[in-house]
Amino acid sequence: MNVLLAFLFLIQQSPDSLQSDTTKVIEVVRPAPPTDVIAMDTPNDEGESIALQWTISKDDGDGLNSVILYNVFRAPSKEGPFDYIGTVGAGRTGYDDQDVEKDKVTYYYKVKSQTKDKVESEASNVASAQSFPQWFHHGRWNYLIFGVLFTFFFAFYLSRAKVKGTKLFIRKIAGLDAVEEAVGRSTEMGKPVLFCPGIGYLYHIATIAALTILGKIAKKTAEYETRLIMPNYDPLVMTAAQEIVKQSYTEAGRPDNFNEKDIFYLTQDQFGFAAGVDGIMIREKPGAIFLQGVFYAESLILAETGHSVGAIQIAGTDRVTQLPFFISACDYTLIGEEMFAASSYLSRDPVMLGTIKGEDTSKVVIIAVIIIGTIMGILGGLNIGPFGTWFLNLVNWFTRG
Amino acid sequence: MRRKIPLAIAFVFGIIMIIQFFIPHRISVEFYRNMLNALVIVGIFYYILAVSSLIRVHRGKIKRKKPGWGYSYVTLISLVVTAVIGVLGGAYQATRITSWFVQHFHWQIEQGTGLMVIYTYIQIPMGATMFSLLAFFIASAAFRAFKARSLTAVLLLVTAFVVMLGRVPIGALLTRRLPEIFHLTNIVEWILKYPNMAAQRGILMGIGLGMIATSLKIILGIERGYLGGGD
Repeated sequence: MNVLLAFLFLIQQSPDSLQSDTTKVIEVVRPAPPTDVIAMDTPNDEGESIALQWTISKDDGDGLNSVILYNVFRAPSKEGPFDYIGTVGAGRTGYDDQDVEKDKVTYYYKVKSQTKDKVESEASNVASAQSFPQWFHHGRWNYLIFGVLFTFFFAFYLSRAKVKGTKLFIRKIAGLDAVEEAVGRSTEMGKPVLFCPGIGYLYHIATIAALTILGKIAKKTAEYETRLIMPNYDPLVMTAAQEIVKQSYTEAGRPDNFNEKDIFYLTQDQFGFAAGVDGIMIREKPGAIFLQGVFYAESLILAETGHSVGAIQIAGTDRVTQLPFFISACDYTLIGEEMFAASSYLSRDPVMLGTIKGEDTSKVVIIAVIIIGTIMGILGGLNIGPFGTWFLNLVNWFTRG
Repeated sequence: MRRKIPLAIAFVFGIIMIIQFFIPHRISVEFYRNMLNALVIVGIFYYILAVSSLIRVHRGKIKRKKPGWGYSYVTLISLVVTAVIGVLGGAYQATRITSWFVQHFHWQIEQGTGLMVIYTYIQIPMGATMFSLLAFFIASAAFRAFKARSLTAVLLLVTAFVVMLGRVPIGALLTRRLPEIFHLTNIVEWILKYPNMAAQRGILMGIGLGMIATSLKIILGIERGYLGGGD
């Protein structure tokens, strides 16, 4: 049987059949190469990077529509040898070579398009460039100009408040006015005050603002001889908080009442922290709860538990997504900037209030830019004069600098 | 001195980091990376503070037999067990000790290490349990927030009702015969895209300016509340 099978196999593979297979002519159609390849130093970077740009192949999305990617090659001289350095997909018109070995050395590039059958086009034109590190980020002019402008307003009102001692008006912030009421209520009920700084770190401005508020609250709790409990998510925030509360108790003349163990570390797990703080709320039943700082999904879990134990709650965060939860569940909420204004508001120091005036003037500038932009956009949309171009330039400047 | 030195450090590094933001040069980027690395290194020492605080608090609870003191044992034992398993057995990659146990006792550790088993089967489910409570809390908070006590509360109630209805299939079904402009999905889209977005951006702008002002106050040493005591 095996012999028979071997015989049949040999008949199939006869020289005649093999010849007819090999004589088939396969027509290979190369795709058109990309054109107008240009190379330049990548702007606003630390060097050792060259950016390439090109016009896509005529067969990319059009013509034979066979191009699926572009291969990029680099060489230390125009003649080569060109080494393959990377690939980008069809439709793309650029590539960033971030592996340039040396700055201030000319490198040569060419690009080939490729089909799904791995057929490459002829090479494009050869483009060359050198990479350099930059000393100024030209895409950040917008930050610089507005930063300088805001700093100017800030410094102006600060110096005016310092020199003239001008008394500035600040609108009422109900949440901050209620601090004393909340601590007082806790004291009357013989319950502790709970301060939760959220799950932010010390480098979050909202956490720093929360710690400033903590200092003022601690002074009140020290005066009223009420216990202040503060569970922490971040050990560094805990250490800073211990120092702040200790200082407040000393300033209030009650350093002996300060208990370091009441400002303690809980956990750095988001929901573990929420569970821990909820547990403290249920066990200790605080009369006032301050939720100040950076909060995420745990905000409502904390605020609703606080509400369920009947505590007066004052919240404050810079997280816009959590604000509705706090507004729904808490008695008072410091909305974003109100929290940052807390230290100035509570201290009533003219110099501190001067900084808020500077902030408000900056806000006026922003509103003016928005109004001007809106008018330009509307007029541009109606094709009146050069407003359309001006509007686009304004938008580009704000987005790219 | 205890205040002056931190204030000087805050001022110098505040100014340097602002300048660094505008310089993309390698030297500047390297400096920034080193600063981040320094932060990570300092961060390791935070945990000494954290663990010592945790042990001190729970030891005190056990000593004084405070209500629920038994849970303090659970916390401390969990802390030690997790740390030992993590340090000896590895976090993401198995150490020789883990490999020895796997070989000799034919253990099947799909997660690779004992620590990841604890993470997958204890920490994640516990976190998910807490997170799932949010659904009930949203319902109870919404019930209070949407009580029609004033004109603004009525507006909130109506808007919330429209948005919630427009987010579920029945909303689209109810208004499918109306002109397109009155389709609930389009109304919801409009509410979220215009009034809602405008309010959010307004708040965000205030927050941004507040952050700039607070940062400047810290750099210039006007805001010192975060430093605590000591002269």
